Amino acid sequence: MTARIRQALDAITRIRGVHGAVLVSGDDGLVVAEALMEGVRGHAVAALAASRFQRFRRATEAAGAMAPEFLHLQATDGSLLVVPAANGVLIVAVAAADINVGLARLEMIRAAEAFA
Amino acid sequence: MTVTRAVEPWTLDPLRRFVTESGARLALLTTPAGQVVAQHGFTRAVDVMAAAALGAAIAASTAEINRMLAEPRFRALTHQGVRHGIFLASFETPRGPMLALVVFGQDSSIGLVQLFMEDLVRDLAAAAPAREAQPRAVLAADFERDLNESLAALFGRET
Repeated sequence: MTARIRQALDAITRIRGVHGAVLVSGDDGLVVAEALMEGVRGHAVAALAASRFQRFRRATEAAGAMAPEFLHLQATDGSLLVVPAANGVLIVAVAAADINVGLARLEMIRAAEAFA
Repeated sequence: MTVTRAVEPWTLDPLRRFVTESGARLALLTTPAGQVVAQHGFTRAVDVMAAAALGAAIAASTAEINRMLAEPRFRALTHQGVRHGIFLASFETPRGPMLALVVFGQDSSIGLVQLFMEDLVRDLAAAAPAREAQPRAVLAADFERDLNESLAALFGRET
């Protein structure tokens, strides 16, 4: 399992512009595993991304659109990408603003499928 | 309306910020002996006194287990219930050691509480006034008056 998690995170962090990837326990907002560049606060990203994802999930469910499959937060100097996986785990990527979002999304969905 | 009140006024703003950002439902700052410094969300004095005593007792017993395991010190303890989580942390401030007892619901998470607890500790350190050069002696005669003043500060009552 540890090797599979490592492979999944490595595949995401190999994409140009990705500063790191974190596996997060969605309900707790705690880090399960991380591969982050120095200076990125993994536990802060995990807690806040999980909290945002839960809020967005409530919003989409209230709108009758079911749970989100992909979340892309575009900030001034970067992006936060979130894909839910099995067992309440979230795959979170911290990336540059000009990241190839399509490629990152594809790799994150592949990583999520590895947990199914 | 849920209110935040403090016996030590310098703890009020940091605690308010912590509660707002973490989404905590109840928060209690005490000394390791269980003396209440500030509280958020409690409506009855009996509840806050019981929570303070229990929090101090849990921290003391956990610190003792830590000592047996040769761990340097007790830092934090989490209990995740079905509807609520409980987080108990021990930390240092310029005015001495403190305990924080936090109860959070499903609209928050242990990750958020841990994250903003770091900010709370930092904010308290920044807000703390310098320690008194000559600490006031605790006299039995003053105890009841001090207790009543604390309850008044925490629940907004007349003494």
